[in-house]
Amino acid sequence: MTAIYTVIPLACLAAALITGLFGKRIGRRASHAVAIAGVALAFALSLVVYADVRAGNLFNDSIYTWAVSGGVPLRIGFMIDELSAVMMVVVTFVSLMVHIYTIGYMADDPGYQRFFCYIALFTFAMLMLVMANNFLQLFFGWEAVGLVSYLLIGFWYERDSATAANLKAFLVNRVGDFGFLLGIAAVLYLFGSLDYGAVFAGAERVAQQSVAGPFGEWQWLTVICLLLFVGAMGKSAQVPLHVWLPDSMEGPTPISALIHAATMVTAGIFMVARMSPLFEWSETALSVVLVVGASTAIFMALVGLVQNDIKRVVAYSTLSQLGYMTVALGVSAYHIAIFHLGTHAFFKALLFLAAGSVIIAMHHEQDMRKMGGLRAIMPLTYITAAAGSLALAGIPPFAGFFSKDAIIESARHSDLWGAGYAYVAVLLGVFVTAFYSFRMLFMTFHGKSRADAHTRRHLRESPWVVTGPLLALAVPSVVAGLMFFEPVLNGALFGDSIVIAPQHDAAAQLVASYEGKQGLALLFAALLHGITTAPFWLAVAGIGGAWYAYCKNPQLPAKIAAAAGPLYAILQNKYGFDAFYQKVFARGSLRLGEVLFNRIDAGLIDDSIVNNSARTVKWCAAAARKVQTGFTYHYAFAMIVGLFCLVTLFVWL
Amino acid sequence: MNTPLLSILIWLPIIGGVLVLGVGDARGDNNGNGDGNGNGDGNNNGARAALARKLALGLSSAVLLLSVPLYTQFDAGSAAMQFTEHARWIDAFNIHYALGVDGISMPLILLTTLLTVVVVVAGWQVITERVAQYMAAFLIMEGLMVGVFSALDAVLFYLFWEAMLIPMFLIIGIWGGPNRIYATIKFFLYTLLGSLLMLVALLYLYHASGGSFSILDYHRLPLALTPQIFIFLAFFAAFAVKVPMFPVHTWLPDAHVEAPTGGSVILAAVMLKMGGYGFMRFNLPVTPDASRELAWLMITLSLIAVVYIALVALAQRDMKKLIAYSSISHMGFVTLGLFLFNAHGFEGALLQMISHGFISGALFLCVGVLYDRMHSRQLADYGGVATPMPVFAAFMVLFALANAGLPGTSGFVGELLVILGAFQVNAWIAAAAALTLIFGAAYTLWMVKRVVYGAVASDKVAALTDVNRREILFLAVLAALVLLVGVWPAPLLEVMHATLEHLAQHTAASKLP
Repeated sequence: MTAIYTVIPLACLAAALITGLFGKRIGRRASHAVAIAGVALAFALSLVVYADVRAGNLFNDSIYTWAVSGGVPLRIGFMIDELSAVMMVVVTFVSLMVHIYTIGYMADDPGYQRFFCYIALFTFAMLMLVMANNFLQLFFGWEAVGLVSYLLIGFWYERDSATAANLKAFLVNRVGDFGFLLGIAAVLYLFGSLDYGAVFAGAERVAQQSVAGPFGEWQWLTVICLLLFVGAMGKSAQVPLHVWLPDSMEGPTPISALIHAATMVTAGIFMVARMSPLFEWSETALSVVLVVGASTAIFMALVGLVQNDIKRVVAYSTLSQLGYMTVALGVSAYHIAIFHLGTHAFFKALLFLAAGSVIIAMHHEQDMRKMGGLRAIMPLTYITAAAGSLALAGIPPFAGFFSKDAIIESARHSDLWGAGYAYVAVLLGVFVTAFYSFRMLFMTFHGKSRADAHTRRHLRESPWVVTGPLLALAVPSVVAGLMFFEPVLNGALFGDSIVIAPQHDAAAQLVASYEGKQGLALLFAALLHGITTAPFWLAVAGIGGAWYAYCKNPQLPAKIAAAAGPLYAILQNKYGFDAFYQKVFARGSLRLGEVLFNRIDAGLIDDSIVNNSARTVKWCAAAARKVQTGFTYHYAFAMIVGLFCLVTLFVWL
Repeated sequence: MNTPLLSILIWLPIIGGVLVLGVGDARGDNNGNGDGNGNGDGNNNGARAALARKLALGLSSAVLLLSVPLYTQFDAGSAAMQFTEHARWIDAFNIHYALGVDGISMPLILLTTLLTVVVVVAGWQVITERVAQYMAAFLIMEGLMVGVFSALDAVLFYLFWEAMLIPMFLIIGIWGGPNRIYATIKFFLYTLLGSLLMLVALLYLYHASGGSFSILDYHRLPLALTPQIFIFLAFFAAFAVKVPMFPVHTWLPDAHVEAPTGGSVILAAVMLKMGGYGFMRFNLPVTPDASRELAWLMITLSLIAVVYIALVALAQRDMKKLIAYSSISHMGFVTLGLFLFNAHGFEGALLQMISHGFISGALFLCVGVLYDRMHSRQLADYGGVATPMPVFAAFMVLFALANAGLPGTSGFVGELLVILGAFQVNAWIAAAAALTLIFGAAYTLWMVKRVVYGAVASDKVAALTDVNRREILFLAVLAALVLLVGVWPAPLLEVMHATLEHLAQHTAASKLP
């Protein structure tokens, strides 16, 4: 099996290298063939690995020694268990769909081969991340996916907005990585190893250790978990490090689906789930995770209400859904977080690709105010987008219902500090989510077309390379919940890869409520529970509200916006994070740099000290030169004065 | 060892350089006038220049090949000096011609021999005036730099150390930019001032050791704390200027801006390493107690380099100045790593030196490629270079990311190890150092955004031609090394282990009498 494990990421790397180095030479067709073959192989082998893991064959070993430092071996290796196997399947499946879709979406782009190189490289990096058995490789994959994200957001590098967005994405992520790397350094310091196995085994010992810091004693594991979570906040775009994700929509749509919705942004969620043996020791850290997640879930959903760019709506929805996953992590329902990660990957990739399909049809117009009425022209796109929206809104029996409902229930049952706030946030979030997702659906596909005549004439359904992946993603968006609800709950899907301390196990009460039910009976009970509790009715209300405001009475939104002036402005300005960061951090550090350079480097050191000493020497030399007049009587006079002084001195003493 | 390999590596390029110098036509080349090539002498001069180039390439390649056995035949398990050579030289003062390398100096010598070839190739078509002299200067400098890294006698070391300044002085002063005289004098005075204090320290050690100039004797010499501190400070003056450390760094940006591309490459890639090397060869082993006593100072200055210099880099408008400041900031990791007194720190510092050699060298070459075409270093003149120069853009982005410490590139390894080492000492030091993740990325990638990306800034940019084969060659070699060390640093770290472990033990023990 080791060979298979190794081949999975390497197939993608090889595809990336071939398309990257020889793309121009082998042409477009061969490039996409190579990239798709590589990723398809990785997907097929991931399925093999998944089956093998479900059969009980786990793996944790290294492939090669990257370096040895201070006697500590730093290795590259794989940890293949239920968690990583699930992630591998999700990542390679979505990636494969996006690869196929790209053939259609990027058909006219001059950077076609480069694009395939990047997405294959991304798949490699993401696989290295989820398959890692140590923190070093985790960080390696972590930064590598960030790199590809950087390259892809700036794919159309002539656009200033794209290169501003990719710089912003990289730097905000680096803020997260700053914490993440320090967390890793702390792990090495306390555990003496970066291998997961050794670290998880030593968690109990380290949990007893604390350190003096600001505001008193800190448990070391709290420090470590918080530092690692800062990394997750960057990558998984949690408030206040979320600002880069909406801007990342500058990149081509296929990568918005793959990287900025389905996979890369969930790396932070995956990482925290992977670190469950550490996080379980720190309730402080869990509470922070919970509160940050809940805030992201509700506040970003609210911003989604006022966006008019179709991709930005989906982007804010992604932020909010990542918040839901983070809430699940906070209440120790790691397996449910990963469950939602999986269902979200399908339906959100679907929504993005559907949005992309619309964008192709609209000749790269993304403003929903210029759309409308596309239902009749693009039936496949419409149906799949509707399925995705229903899943996102959490309508049973679509996939999102099961995972989201489980998160809400877990939040309800948690006793952790902040759980009450989180419960209210995720509950309200359901209404908002349903509202904005159907607002998008109605504005785009329903009503009368608001496009100009030229665009309207050319409107048509997208080619099969686009609709095929939509259909392929629609299937799991509908059924993944039904299929995996039971194994997630009873623990069959994740086995021992996730550790939950009994006192934190909020999901256990959820499991207890379905005690003794199996198979269809369980699903039936879950559906029944679903439609008899608040979230379902909130979702229905959201959809109804969207229908009323955007189909029935389209003048209403403008009236509400006018009536809620300041509130609307706050949402429009996205709470002012961007302006604040731009002013304080970006311009602030530039200004600081300029001041330091002018005042200290150029002013104090160079001018006052270095050049001044040179000037002083020059001045002394000029002064001394004046004395050297060349007239004998000047020298004679000086000698007489000197002699007189000396004699006086001697006489006096 | 029977073959005097180190001597060959020192004297072959020096003698060869003198030979190349002889090729240059005194009349034609010395008028220093580019138009002179157009007249009747032109052909003759052209032929001589071509011969000088070929000779220089042959010699530097030969030296590179000859230096390979230093790695392949190196005994990584031993901390002792290897490939040693010894001859009596000036008996009256007990001065010897003693050479040898260990796990610290061997990789640095390989870095020197490699980059000299790169510089010769890089100057191939670009340098059209006084070609023979230019090539000769670099060859002679190569020999002298190898000499610095392999000298085991303090006087020999000092001679190489000072002599090395002369070719660099000439390279900047002759082939440099408009403000080159100011830059060279600043460079020369700064370094000379430091070196003279080192000379005083060496003379003190000569007396304290009862008349020995052997560096290895100094390592064993017991010294009281006060003299140790004075010796430390004297060496510090010499090496801190070379690194360069805050606040004696302001010569570097000026020198880089005025230097021709080849000069910048050698300056950044090799010469700065001599500062770090000096700390490892003199300060730490000769004055370990003072080193520990003054570690706070070194750490503080290093962190200022990492954070303050990074902010200053952000404010630069000249590409070369920006990279020069970036160099200072990255060298801060070297000095930080050295004064943490743990294995991660030492290994990270040395690895950072090698890696910085590749990356800063490559970045200066990239700027050189642009400068040769646009004759401007101002960021404001660029924008959208990726459109006319896609291959170049790929290289530049790769090196920029390496400069920002991306994992998988060599730039990451040293920084990671130093941060890991710093955390063992104090979490706050590690936190300050880790700020480079943000600032390093900020100034480097912002530069990339303004130069490589964006809409094509002007017709001049639109008319740029992509890198030619010669340029691809040297960029690709450095790119391969950057990636190789990033993906698998173990082979490079392995040769350092024994030496650095010995250094760690040595510095942990007190030398107080």
